[in-house]
Amino acid sequence: MMDATVPPTEITGKTAPVRSSRQPLLWIVLVVMAAGLPWLFYDFNTGRHSGFLLTMLSQMGMMIIFSLSYNMLMGQAGLLSFGHAVFFGLGGYCTIHFLNAAEKGVLPVPIELMPILGGLSGLGFGIVFGYMAAKQRATAFAMITMGIGELIATAAIMFHHFFGGEGGVSANRMIEKSLFGLSYSSSVQVFYLILAWTAISSLGMLFLTKTPLGVMANATRDNFERAQFMGYDPRRVRFLQFALSGMFAGIGGALYAITYEIVTFDAVAGALSANAVLMTYIGGSTIFYGPILGASLITLLQSGLSLLSNSWLIYVGVLFIGMVTFAPSGIAGIIEAHGPISRAGRLGQLIVPYLRMSIPGLAVLLGFVGLVELLSFLTIGQAQGKSLALFGKKIDIKTSTPWTITIALLIIGGAWLRFEIRRFARLWEDVSADLKQRSV
Amino acid sequence: MEIMVVSLLNGFVYGMLLFMLASGLTLIFSMMGVLNFAHAGIYMIGAYVAFECSRWIGFWSALIIAPLVCAAIGAAIEIYGLRRTHHNGHIAELLFTFGLFFIVERGVQMVWGMLPVPYRVPMALDFPLFSLYGINFPAYRAFMLLVAAIMLLAIWLMLTRTRIGLIIQASLTHPEMVSSLGHNVPRVFTIVFAGGCYLAGLAGVIGGNYQVTEPSMAASLGPIVFVVVVFGGLGSLAGCFVASIIVGMLQTFAVVVDSSLASLLGSSVAWIGTNNLLGEILAVPMSRIGPLLPYAMMVIMLLFRPRGLMGTRDT
Repeated sequence: MMDATVPPTEITGKTAPVRSSRQPLLWIVLVVMAAGLPWLFYDFNTGRHSGFLLTMLSQMGMMIIFSLSYNMLMGQAGLLSFGHAVFFGLGGYCTIHFLNAAEKGVLPVPIELMPILGGLSGLGFGIVFGYMAAKQRATAFAMITMGIGELIATAAIMFHHFFGGEGGVSANRMIEKSLFGLSYSSSVQVFYLILAWTAISSLGMLFLTKTPLGVMANATRDNFERAQFMGYDPRRVRFLQFALSGMFAGIGGALYAITYEIVTFDAVAGALSANAVLMTYIGGSTIFYGPILGASLITLLQSGLSLLSNSWLIYVGVLFIGMVTFAPSGIAGIIEAHGPISRAGRLGQLIVPYLRMSIPGLAVLLGFVGLVELLSFLTIGQAQGKSLALFGKKIDIKTSTPWTITIALLIIGGAWLRFEIRRFARLWEDVSADLKQRSV
Repeated sequence: MEIMVVSLLNGFVYGMLLFMLASGLTLIFSMMGVLNFAHAGIYMIGAYVAFECSRWIGFWSALIIAPLVCAAIGAAIEIYGLRRTHHNGHIAELLFTFGLFFIVERGVQMVWGMLPVPYRVPMALDFPLFSLYGINFPAYRAFMLLVAAIMLLAIWLMLTRTRIGLIIQASLTHPEMVSSLGHNVPRVFTIVFAGGCYLAGLAGVIGGNYQVTEPSMAASLGPIVFVVVVFGGLGSLAGCFVASIIVGMLQTFAVVVDSSLASLLGSSVAWIGTNNLLGEILAVPMSRIGPLLPYAMMVIMLLFRPRGLMGTRDT
């Protein structure tokens, strides 16, 4: 946190008010763009939307809610949870049961409002587990959430009544109760439902960061003893933040249930919890919109790259480790770092060095991808009877040529990149030092 | 009765295997504050390297080569990875090992494929050592116990009788003081991390053919090892040992006990019936609840005694 004695130079600057007035507009533009996306790939000959794109965008929406809610813990409260999928999954399971009840006519709730019920169930579980977990912080918190996560995931396979065992529970989303008279038989309608709820939840979470609770969460993250001295109970702050984060994850889970009409134990499993960590951290946990970037990127990789490569998770893992080591504030952090430079109109100075870096960067990327793919084709690909083809030409992985090329790319590109990065770091320091001097 | 004795032996073997993993993890954790998520991944690498050794050279060479490979990997992780992320705090270090685990798991899948590899018990040890109430006790399990016992003795001797052991012990409780006294704490960190990975690799060698050597072996054992470390308490190898044995016993005993809560409580809970969630929870036999127990243990321990069984400070 900023110390109180530091003069607030940022506020007196001309640029700050302009930025804040532009922000709502930016959000609206984003939502409109997302709403238009399915129509970009609309096939006018058959009159159909691209099913692949709609599935991916729907998944993106859910994951955005999920990772934003995760960031309420990780970024805003500094709590590392390894069991966040519990709330997503349980919200999903509850919604499936609500849908079944609604189909039987027991529950008179239109489908548009189902996410509210899912969110409330997430809130309920958030209160129960939050009561346990919020007693601890730091590593103990991480461990207790991991314990709860494994507990629920194991229970989900074991108990058939609520979780349906390994087969999961399924439902029908066409319950014929809708606020707008829609049937939700097509995935476009479901996509717009998801988009609406993604926008509502994101706004809700953005609003929460401005409330006293959101600010106190930051305070307990940065210095919980000082927050305690000021008369706030860090445990209560953690508890409230945890429960509310569970609520939003539950909304995401409800959308998951509505989209796929089935919830299995995958929705509570550790892999999804791990995904939350990856998405949020890669996107950037220190800035509000970071998880949105992370969730979009990872979902994009998940649905696009997984078709192309057996080993796409290796790339995600390497990206994650690279972020942890070199850019702890994530993609959003990198973008934000350019803010002051761009406002001073000096972004142009950086373009040429970036281009210079991109050439060896591309070489390293190609070399690395090539090596991973060659290796995986040696084992998994061979087992599946596939062969590696590039530009329509078959590549024989048994000869030494492709291996030599990739390794050479990796080594030469790596050395060159190192050199360019050093140059760039010097330039970056010069520019930021110059900017600092001018602002004082 | 016979089942009890056999389960006791099996639980002890499994507990010792857990202890080999957990002892390294708890040393790393209590000293560096890093919860090494990749630890089970190192265990898996140990098993796979041992498989390769037994395929090309022979099983006995694996006992030496695989742990050394793992120790080298561990030292490299510490020097090139953790030291760089150290200045970003413990959370960053933890996340680093977390990402590493992903890469190890996928890397193993990439190199050795998705299916289990035929890593078998060596011929020389593939015979029943003795027969107890008609149930054979394999000689390999006795060998596992022997290796674990030798390792236990070696750790104990190293920690109490050598200079580096004394420094490690001191660093467990007073890390700042040790570095103030002029010891090279980063080097001690590297040694501890490599040592922990050595133990994990050794556990992989003897555990890989006791269980199944497959890419998911790390993901299934990893959380259990965390349970052991947290349950036993930080900075306490004794607590870690006790917790390993408890968890090992619990998991093997739960498999053979066939009674459920409902049969324990008798007719007093009959009104609940079996056709609802509560009834189902009561009616599930112990043998199926087994996998749940360690996690329940950990959550309860963290709720009421965050420092664990014999820990000296809070987790």
